[in-house]
Amino acid sequence: MLTFEEVTLRLPEGFALEHLSFALEPGRTTALVGPSGCGKSTVLRLAVALLLPQSGRVSIGSQALTPRNANLLRHHLGYVLQEGGLFPHMTAGENVTLMARHLRWDASRVHARLTELLALIHLTPDHMARRPAELSGGERQRVSLARALMLDPALLLLDEPLGALDPIVRHELQRELRQLFRALQKSVLLVTHDIAEAGYLADDLILMRDGRIVQRGSLKELVEAPADAFVGAFVAAQRQLAEVLSEDEALAEPA
Amino acid sequence: MTRCTPAFRACVALALLLPALAAGQADERDSSRVVIGSKAFTESVILGEMMTGLLESEGIPAMHWRELGGTRVLWNGLQAGDIDAYVEYTGTILLEILREDAATDDSRIEGLLAEQGVGIAARLGFNNTYVLGMREADAEALGIRRISDLRVHPELKFGLSNEFVSRADGWPGLRAAYHLPHPEPRGLQHDLAYRGLASRDIDVIDLYSTDPEIEYYKLSRLEDDLGYFPRYDAVILYRRGLRGDAVAALGRLEGVLDENSMSVLNAAVKIEGRPAPTVAAAFLSERLGTDVTVRSDDRLGRFVDRSLEHLRLVGISLGAAILIAIPLGILAYLWPRLGEVVLAATSVVQTIPALALLVLLIPWFGIGAKPAIVALFLFSLLPIVRNTQAGLRNLPPDIRESAIALGLPTHARLRLVELPLAGHSILAGIKTAAVINVGTATLGALIGAGGYGEPILTGIRLDDMGLIFEGAIPAAILALLVQGAFELVERRWISWEGATRSTP
Repeated sequence: MLTFEEVTLRLPEGFALEHLSFALEPGRTTALVGPSGCGKSTVLRLAVALLLPQSGRVSIGSQALTPRNANLLRHHLGYVLQEGGLFPHMTAGENVTLMARHLRWDASRVHARLTELLALIHLTPDHMARRPAELSGGERQRVSLARALMLDPALLLLDEPLGALDPIVRHELQRELRQLFRALQKSVLLVTHDIAEAGYLADDLILMRDGRIVQRGSLKELVEAPADAFVGAFVAAQRQLAEVLSEDEALAEPA
Repeated sequence: MTRCTPAFRACVALALLLPALAAGQADERDSSRVVIGSKAFTESVILGEMMTGLLESEGIPAMHWRELGGTRVLWNGLQAGDIDAYVEYTGTILLEILREDAATDDSRIEGLLAEQGVGIAARLGFNNTYVLGMREADAEALGIRRISDLRVHPELKFGLSNEFVSRADGWPGLRAAYHLPHPEPRGLQHDLAYRGLASRDIDVIDLYSTDPEIEYYKLSRLEDDLGYFPRYDAVILYRRGLRGDAVAALGRLEGVLDENSMSVLNAAVKIEGRPAPTVAAAFLSERLGTDVTVRSDDRLGRFVDRSLEHLRLVGISLGAAILIAIPLGILAYLWPRLGEVVLAATSVVQTIPALALLVLLIPWFGIGAKPAIVALFLFSLLPIVRNTQAGLRNLPPDIRESAIALGLPTHARLRLVELPLAGHSILAGIKTAAVINVGTATLGALIGAGGYGEPILTGIRLDDMGLIFEGAIPAAILALLVQGAFELVERRWISWEGATRSTP
């Protein structure tokens, strides 16, 4: 579905992806995880051709992504940013239907697709009449998701889609996304720095560090058979509530 | 069709509407009329009125294009055929126009002018050059009539204007030519010199031979008996091709004025405050027995005319600037390297002083509204280009990246997303351009473009604050109105911008 072959990209800031290769299988959800600056967002930006590789090849389906065919291939991609990237001068509905209208879908088709999407993302036509600024953060991310899904793309790319949300909304949206991904059967590539979220939403995890893939597998594999000490440390660097509580008690006891 | 923001629509509507509105106010300069020009000082205006009145009294339709910026503007206007005749001084013709030696004789001047397609219709009879002046009473008491007579009066104190003291053809040459024994005089400001003379602090000053103050302060001119000063004889220049009866009519002014009578006329306007047309008409009827009707002064009509002229200058130039500058700003955004060139070029234009640009444009566009509109257009480009480019460049990156990632081609991205969002900045640029434009347009009066600059120029010339305000206040109010109108349009954005701020 999405294939990276020997992709190398050196950015002037000193960051570099070196000979990166991986492929996504159709219908599965893959999470790119890793510490800040490991290159996971760069991978997504390469996948929508916001960046072009200096060598190697990025392909969507069987077609290599080039500046010439990028706009066409982008119709088969849905891209969601952390802050949604919604256009503030348009209503939510206008944001969602922008591309369909630009491609001159007829009005009834646009309307039918919008109705379908509203059911999927749990929003109402009333939400669609509002401007992004008049929606909550969670609602904005739902609208952003609906916009990405409008043209029924084969591949969904999400860059920290829940990163800016408060914990309760985030928790709720995590559950919804999981159901959504299962229902849609689309290929999904999700970027997150939260290993628990990655494990909850994705079947397959790719752990990156300094522009390279360190390990790929299910959460279970990463936890049980870390490829190296970094993987072990990254997987273990999650504080559980039970652990926090017991540490607090341990501190309180001597007093 | 995707909706555009009101701001974006306003920009487009403004660009299309302004020139249309303004063009409705047609150019009323009638080609069948003889056009008389004058410079922006009192003597020139009186003479312009005189020529216009004389032509009309002989049944030749004429109009007076008054108070144009200076020698270059009038001479270029004459060459371009925008002006048919005006009064020039032989010294100026030689030194500034023909760039010849000041001692060139009259028949040679006529030959040189003829080569340029210009003739002399009449020599008015006075020489407006530097002279030395003294209190009439003192001059009589000491028996001084000529500059040579000063030689035997080394006790007299000189008070000369700064310029005169330093010019080679001023004091240094004068002292050498006449062997004057007086010490180096102090330089002072010309108007103050008259007061110093009146209060008897100084005895001899330099002056122009037709200064109205000569009359007012009862001064006598000392004869330049060695012929030291170049001659600035007033002559009527006309464009070859001007109808013969008009040339003949202007010829009637041959020799009608001497220095004294000219300075009396100047005093009547500048010191007594009588209107130039009335003074000119009275002179014509007295000297030539010509009956000239002086048009009554219609304040309101004049105000309406000037307002329309001013709006026309601002409207056409701003409308054209919007149409050109927004696309330039977009190009500058899409191709940053080209953008640097475009911004540098428009910035350079901005640094040219307005008057210099106006004069530079005369060879191509003549005088009047056209060059003024072109100059204002050029001055309006920078704020709009810069704000368009900056507005687009400063959009949040996630907005631009979302638009790209959706697969919108560049033109659709600009039209649907980037331009509407940059509209605020673009409109602010247009507002800046418009407000600057309203102010700068007042300079258009220097090249005969009309507008609110006209009364300002007259007011400066006559030292009449009332007249200056008559132009300056409407110009200021217009600038405020323009600003207010733009702010009203800008408020249309707050619907989504304000909401962004109020949501946590």
